[in-house]
Amino acid sequence: MEQRLLTVSLPPHIHAPGTTAGAMWRVVVALIPALACSMWVFGLGAAVVTVISVLACMGTEYFITRFMLKRRPTLGDGSAALTGLLLAMNLPSNLPPWTIVIGAVVAIGIGKMAFGGLGCNIFNPALVGRVFLLLSFPVQMTSWPLPGAGMEYLDAATGATVLGAIKMGELSASDINVADLLVGNTGGSLGEVGALALIVGGLFLVLSKVITWHIPVSVIASAALFSLSVGGDIAVELLSGGLLLGAIFMATDYVTSPMTRSGMLIYGAGIGVITIIIRHWGAYPEGVSFAILLMNGCTPLINRLCRPKRFGAERRRR
Amino acid sequence: MLTFRKGGIHPPQNKFTESRPIEVLEAPGSVTLLLGQHIGAPSVPVVKAGDAVSRGQMVAKAGGFVSVALHSPVSGVVKGVRQVRTADGMMADAIIIERTSDDAATYTELLRDDEQVEAMSAEEIRGIAREAGLVGLGGACFPTHVKLTPPEGTAFDTLVVNGAECEPYLTCDDALMRSCASGVIDGVRLAMKGCGARRAVIGVEDNKPEAIAQLERECATMTDVVVERLMTKYPQGGEKQLIEALTGRRVPSGQLPASVGVAVVNVATAFSLHEAVRFGKPLIERVVTVSGLDVPGGNYRVPIGVAIDYLIEAAGGVPASTEKIILGGPMMGRAAENIDAPLTKGMSGVVFMEQGHRPEVTPCVRCARCVDACPMGLEPYLISTLARVGDFERAAERGISDCIECGSCAYVCPSARPLTDYIRYGKVIIRRNKKK
Amino acid sequence: MEVMLWSALVLGGLGIVAAFVLYIVARFFRVDEDERVAVIEELLPGANCGACGRSGCHDFAQACVNATSLEGLCCPGAGAEVMARIADIVGLTAVSSDPQVAVIKCAGSCDKRAVVAGYSGVRRCSVVALTGAGPESCSYGCLGCGDCVDVCPFGAMEMDSATGLPVVIEQKCVGCGKCVEACPRGIVEVRSRGRKNLRVWVACSNRSKGAVARKDCKVACIGCGLCVKACPFDAVTISDSLAHVDPAKCRLCRKCVAVCPSGAIQTANFPVPIKSLN
Repeated sequence: MEQRLLTVSLPPHIHAPGTTAGAMWRVVVALIPALACSMWVFGLGAAVVTVISVLACMGTEYFITRFMLKRRPTLGDGSAALTGLLLAMNLPSNLPPWTIVIGAVVAIGIGKMAFGGLGCNIFNPALVGRVFLLLSFPVQMTSWPLPGAGMEYLDAATGATVLGAIKMGELSASDINVADLLVGNTGGSLGEVGALALIVGGLFLVLSKVITWHIPVSVIASAALFSLSVGGDIAVELLSGGLLLGAIFMATDYVTSPMTRSGMLIYGAGIGVITIIIRHWGAYPEGVSFAILLMNGCTPLINRLCRPKRFGAERRRR
Repeated sequence: MLTFRKGGIHPPQNKFTESRPIEVLEAPGSVTLLLGQHIGAPSVPVVKAGDAVSRGQMVAKAGGFVSVALHSPVSGVVKGVRQVRTADGMMADAIIIERTSDDAATYTELLRDDEQVEAMSAEEIRGIAREAGLVGLGGACFPTHVKLTPPEGTAFDTLVVNGAECEPYLTCDDALMRSCASGVIDGVRLAMKGCGARRAVIGVEDNKPEAIAQLERECATMTDVVVERLMTKYPQGGEKQLIEALTGRRVPSGQLPASVGVAVVNVATAFSLHEAVRFGKPLIERVVTVSGLDVPGGNYRVPIGVAIDYLIEAAGGVPASTEKIILGGPMMGRAAENIDAPLTKGMSGVVFMEQGHRPEVTPCVRCARCVDACPMGLEPYLISTLARVGDFERAAERGISDCIECGSCAYVCPSARPLTDYIRYGKVIIRRNKKK
Repeated sequence: MEVMLWSALVLGGLGIVAAFVLYIVARFFRVDEDERVAVIEELLPGANCGACGRSGCHDFAQACVNATSLEGLCCPGAGAEVMARIADIVGLTAVSSDPQVAVIKCAGSCDKRAVVAGYSGVRRCSVVALTGAGPESCSYGCLGCGDCVDVCPFGAMEMDSATGLPVVIEQKCVGCGKCVEACPRGIVEVRSRGRKNLRVWVACSNRSKGAVARKDCKVACIGCGLCVKACPFDAVTISDSLAHVDPAKCRLCRKCVAVCPSGAIQTANFPVPIKSLN
């Protein structure tokens, strides 16, 4: 038996299948219906924006890890690709390539790598990129192509989103056809259209145990309740704009969301309420990105407040 | 179905040997009895080289209250008391006995009948446990007589019997419950008497229906012993988890089960107590599961002190694909580096693993799966990081000492982070700092 | 215009109020501390290693100022010269101390010990030690993951990648003993630097009997006792098959080094190699 070299290590000696990269790629898969929907609605532009965003994010991460940090590039973990995809979902389909690249560099460079890379960032990188672009290029970021852009990219006809139109008083909630919102027959960012596709992706994520139901449900429920209490139209509030995309794909980002179930519920409720506040009283027609970023910032605090209950600790307090 | 409330995981059961009977393994030419194979003070040898010993004869006495005696599993001659290499490669004192004759005590004659047992006091039963060298056979090896002794100012009202066997692969307790149910139940009653508990609850996971049926049949007429079906969930066999699942009581942080009036023993320990009291048989053999992906495996009744290698050969040898051999279950068992080492009282299984090396470690993404999995309600990602960076004070504040090292967090971590490695390390340092 | 005026007034007013509060706090809540504490602290290494037995350099400085005698107060990191200056500052006489240095009681480099197992997990000695003997045959020797290097507050240890053993950088080592605490195998010993910085020590920690020890490692101390017989000053003792050279008794004759069959006894800083002695 001497010739055989046994390996020693501390227990446990078995490990659950599934890796972090696997979870990331599953989120990418879950975004495919939404992506397909936006390509159907916006045509070529959606595909171009997505490809540029994903490549720019991966390129930025590769450049930073390889040449600035001199580490092994971490593209394999899928998080850069996912950030790129999520960033694309938050952009209008007629955004010029150079703008997208700036967004990607900010998202990965400042949103993620500046904090130390995967797992260390406080804010959702894709949203950091999107909000940076929104504040820097407000015109380009808010002139969304109308549905049915077909093969047109930069020169697609543009118009306001449903929420934007309501805000400007051009449209009232009762004019809107809910079925259009469900299948994506509206203007908006790539991931703002096609509520059904987003819900399908969300169900896939929950069923394949990549995420739990707590954050999406809490975001949607709190947004619905709060908007009802301030007299909004629930269907429009929930189905248009980035609420579903945010609730299902952005707010549930592992790194920037709380660790406990109760914390997740508080975090989700915060996002829902802040979104509706911004939509109703803020200058912007849309507030999901800001709401998520604000609650990202609160996550450490929520983690501190909502610790898991320790086994057998309750008795000691008496 | 009964189970504990917090956390827990569902690793693949892989109980390949669950339908196998217990095969009795004949003792080899020599056995090696480690003096320190239980928790507490090592046993003190009472024989020297050249002494003739018979099967079941005491060869080392208890070295203190928290200690037990050791007995020879074979008839033969003491070759010496010297240092040998244990399974984890360390050196430890042991008594080496060469087997010379086949005539040995068989322990088939009843030593004490019901009437005599009835007349015994709790102290007497505990004394027998101590003299017979009984320790917890679930793996912890804590002396049984100490476990059955209520600490100053407390009393046991319930005896919780651990038949959960929540570790994957292992089926030794299952095999014992299936084939020796009456002995187990008798052992449970003796343990109740030994600790003063009025009732006993035997918890068995529902993946062992045959064992549950056998036990239930044996205690059908008893009002004070019940068998409870438990959900199959790891770590159901953890002391605190099992007590919660079976009695609903929660042992406060940092305290012993006695604080909620509960004593816990393993089914195999109960069976050994039955043998010790009824037949006067000391703990000289135990049931061990040999299992793995590429082996037939089985459940073997093996004399304590045989070389692990001998047991493995009897079970068909080490499969070629093996990179790691685990003594115990894959969640909490120790990896062996030396299989020439002797089998100890606490070894419940020998499991062959094909994958020796752990998956690649990637950064923590704070997915919180470890928090969900922790049966103690801790934050493994946090306490392991605190231990890693050396902030033991904050790790202690966050309850690192409550960790039962079940490994659930490291099992579920998608980034394959060595959470339990660092937590164990932190606990060692904290214990050391306390001693100073 | 009005906006500007108000802004200036509010900000200016805030500044004045804050300044006043700061003044009050500084004036009435000041804690007086002996200024010598700060002076002494300036002289100390500032590593807060705790080798002096205090919780840190500040604590040590305070202890020096409050002391009536410097007996038992010695900063091993600072050396005799600094202690003398501290003694001047507090007006006491310096107590001479025996300077210490760490030595590694293991010479089992990669080529001397067999690898008996693989290891997978955290590369830290204290974690590897939890698995038992670890990947190498000797269950007493260095695990080579450098816990001592990581813990050294003075940067006085480094891993030799060729041997897999830590090396003490004598010039930097102050003998604080952090490494002794960190080593799960207890192979680091802090001992007297010795006369003229010359030292003789047994570079092995293996407590197994000779035959086992020899199997474990080619340079293991096998407890043969030749060194004990060779030593004219009774400086070498053996317990558990392991020799130990008492620095207080050793007169640096190196007779033990010459007789050691496995070469487990090491020396430091002798100008003449041992072979030319005979």
